[in-house]
Amino acid sequence: MTGLTVNGQHHEVDATPDTPLLYVLRDDLELNGAKFGCGLGQCGACTVLVDGAPVFSCLTPLALLAGRKVTTIEGLGTIAAPGPVQRAFIEEQAAQCGYCIAGMVMRAHALLARTPDPTEQEIRDGMNPNLCRCGTHMRILAAVRRAAAAMRSAAPVQAG
Amino acid sequence: MTPVLSRRDLLGSGGGLLVMAAMPVAPVTSSPLAPPPPLPGSLRTTPLLDAWIHVRPDGGITAFTGKAELGQGLTTALIQVVAEELDVAPARVALITADTGRTPNEGFTAGSHSMQDSGTALLNAAAQARLLLVAQAAAELGVAEKSLTVANGVVHAPGGASRTYGALAAKLSLHTRATPSAGLKDPATYRVIGRSLPRIDIPAKLTGAPSYVQDIRLPGMLHARAVRQPSAGAILLHADTDAVSRLPGVVKVIRDGSYLAVVAAKEWQAIQAMRALAASATWRETTTLPEQSAIPGLIRTLPSRDIPVLTWTHPAAPPVKRLRARFTRPYEMHAAIGPSCAVALAEPNELIVWTHTQGVFPLRTALAQLLRMPKDQIRCIQVEGSGCYGHNGADDAAADAALIARALPGRPIRVQWMREQENTSEPFGSAMVGEVSAALDAAGRIVDWDYGVWSNTHNTRPVVGGLLLANAALPDPLPVPPPEPIPMPEGGGDRNSNPIYAFPNAHVVYHFVPEMPLRVSALRSLGAHLNIFALESFMDELAHAAGADPVAFRLRHLTDPRGRAAIAAAADRFGWATPSPRTPGHGRGFAFARYKNLGAYCAVALDLTVEHETGRIQLGRVVAAVDSGQAINPDGIRNQIEGAIVQSASWTLYEEVRFDRRRITSTDWSFYPILRFPAAPASVEVHVLDRPGQPFLGTGEAGQGPMAAAIANALFDATGARLRDLPLSAARVKAAIGV
Repeated sequence: MTGLTVNGQHHEVDATPDTPLLYVLRDDLELNGAKFGCGLGQCGACTVLVDGAPVFSCLTPLALLAGRKVTTIEGLGTIAAPGPVQRAFIEEQAAQCGYCIAGMVMRAHALLARTPDPTEQEIRDGMNPNLCRCGTHMRILAAVRRAAAAMRSAAPVQAG
Repeated sequence: MTPVLSRRDLLGSGGGLLVMAAMPVAPVTSSPLAPPPPLPGSLRTTPLLDAWIHVRPDGGITAFTGKAELGQGLTTALIQVVAEELDVAPARVALITADTGRTPNEGFTAGSHSMQDSGTALLNAAAQARLLLVAQAAAELGVAEKSLTVANGVVHAPGGASRTYGALAAKLSLHTRATPSAGLKDPATYRVIGRSLPRIDIPAKLTGAPSYVQDIRLPGMLHARAVRQPSAGAILLHADTDAVSRLPGVVKVIRDGSYLAVVAAKEWQAIQAMRALAASATWRETTTLPEQSAIPGLIRTLPSRDIPVLTWTHPAAPPVKRLRARFTRPYEMHAAIGPSCAVALAEPNELIVWTHTQGVFPLRTALAQLLRMPKDQIRCIQVEGSGCYGHNGADDAAADAALIARALPGRPIRVQWMREQENTSEPFGSAMVGEVSAALDAAGRIVDWDYGVWSNTHNTRPVVGGLLLANAALPDPLPVPPPEPIPMPEGGGDRNSNPIYAFPNAHVVYHFVPEMPLRVSALRSLGAHLNIFALESFMDELAHAAGADPVAFRLRHLTDPRGRAAIAAAADRFGWATPSPRTPGHGRGFAFARYKNLGAYCAVALDLTVEHETGRIQLGRVVAAVDSGQAINPDGIRNQIEGAIVQSASWTLYEEVRFDRRRITSTDWSFYPILRFPAAPASVEVHVLDRPGQPFLGTGEAGQGPMAAAIANALFDATGARLRDLPLSAARVKAAIGV
């Protein structure tokens, strides 16, 4: 058994240490957000956060995750109470098939945590690892801009 | 943690009496002198109202469609149609999509047909159900029908008495044949149709709720992977099935002829076992593919069946200038982000397959043949998968799941393809060649037009078992039917080869090429992509030769008022009449088409910049105008056209299936690059031209061709270089502009 913290909850998982995190999330923890796309780190459909940084869960073995905090889209909010990035994507109707979208949200979340007021180029470069095939790019970019604005206006005013 | 879907959830637990669409239809008596007019949309093939509409005891509506949600927003649009005509809130409408056990047979969800076929059927079925419910209320309340009003599923009489749909439906049968036209609302009174209702599926997809066939988990479910033949027709000589069957978690190794698969308790175990099995396998490969560089020239020279598309002969002014050109397209891939997936369960008397197919009924027939079992013992249920842009691996993955499930009765089997399996096994969009010549008169009008298009079929959809991928690997394969062209007016390779413009003389021939060097089938817009790329690029060339503005030149040759309106709208919103000052490497382009010349109108204006040193194209502002007839959900139309624009940009700028003399080598995204965020246009605006009361025209494929030509036309405007071979890659642009 290997210990793992996902969305604030500790789990003991019966999987070999070489098992990529993606399969632990989907198969053992029954979380749907992270998706299999390529298994090669080329498309970003499997993107989750590990200690706040975006990783390709299809390439990240369980062995590397002891003591680290994994966040998936399920940890950002619910249908009733979506997180700010999720809310922005819903408001922009930024999905067609939506298969890539959980990965997009996680990538955007990490980008905005690091760069709260990104330029257009920073958003495009930040989202570069993630592929969308339906061509929802313009709405995804709009959603990231919307989320950035919403998160900045919600953030406490910095003193001085 | 999300709940596990139970089998009952997945099969539906509908209350109330449902009469299946498979019920025989009562014979219709009609006068031999006056046959009844045809029923609208798919009511033609499924005329009973209760095949489409069921009023639940709680007064909510369950509606049924044989079409599938493919990521295009179909579910939301159809719910709006039903809610509108039945006067209930959209939230009270549940929609059951393609399921051989529950829904009408509407063939394939393809060709931008869903709103015409299913939307029209549901619009009329809902309106007629409402008439019956109101009539029942009138009888019960003893008042005239026309005095009654309906609000959110409750029928109100002037005095305050009311009846709920649920109570009325309990005493009413909808098992009655639809009439050609009755009870439809005046579009001017629409309250739900025409509104941009948020898509009902999006919140779940944004929060990780189970939304896809990939997310199905059934009790006792096992994970399987097939080992594909490395090239078409490869024969399996040896595989170490014994060693693989001893790997951790492996439940079964299947070998049947050259068909190989593994089943394991967990998904990662199945993948590891698949890799071990593939590594242990030796094959005899016999296929020889053509040189990639010889495509599409090879398509141009293979034997063809020549199909006349049109001949127009009218008096015209004498020609003074003739232009000729040849346009080509390579093989292109659907390349969904999520590889194909299916779940199957073999029970004693029924095989159930959950699949993201475009056609549950045809797939059921094909599976029955492949498995040599009666089709009434197979149920195919469509569940959304990753985005569908045509005939991809969905049906073949369903066949894998079915074959493997049959070997492990009682255990649900989930199969998902690997990326390299998707890329090397899916049927591609055919390579194509279009050759055009046209003559201008002294006034700059086209007086003669000649076009020929060469293409493989655009339809090898698995309507029979022989067309499923696994068939070729099995020991006793079913015969594979020869490819057939799709007839006009919709066409396949010749789709949109017929010009929409009013040329006095024209001659168009489709050179249908039966021999398929690579496996091909339907890819979004079929032949319309290359044909519109060719036609609309050439219109630009002719405009230039005539010294005319490209927009004015199109309008000079177009009489269709809705087409003219779409062109005018795109040009106006783009600001075509007031071009910005010319800067090096910057250009603008325009293109227009009516999809199939009978579907949606779409005009695209854009600008772009060419990076001189590299030949790389950066798209700027894109403005489109689209007329899809009566708009049900304008934002849904915008979303699809935006998607078509970006996807077509990716096809046009980057995409080309690569192969060596034996195998497909575009095995992943590094060998089949598609558009990434930094290359997305600076902006995309889509203007929807609503046509209240006009027939639904569909939207999904209308943007592919115009976007491709608009890019090529803007590239010409920017550089003076006319590129006619897709993709318009940086290397080709660089070579053409001579740096």
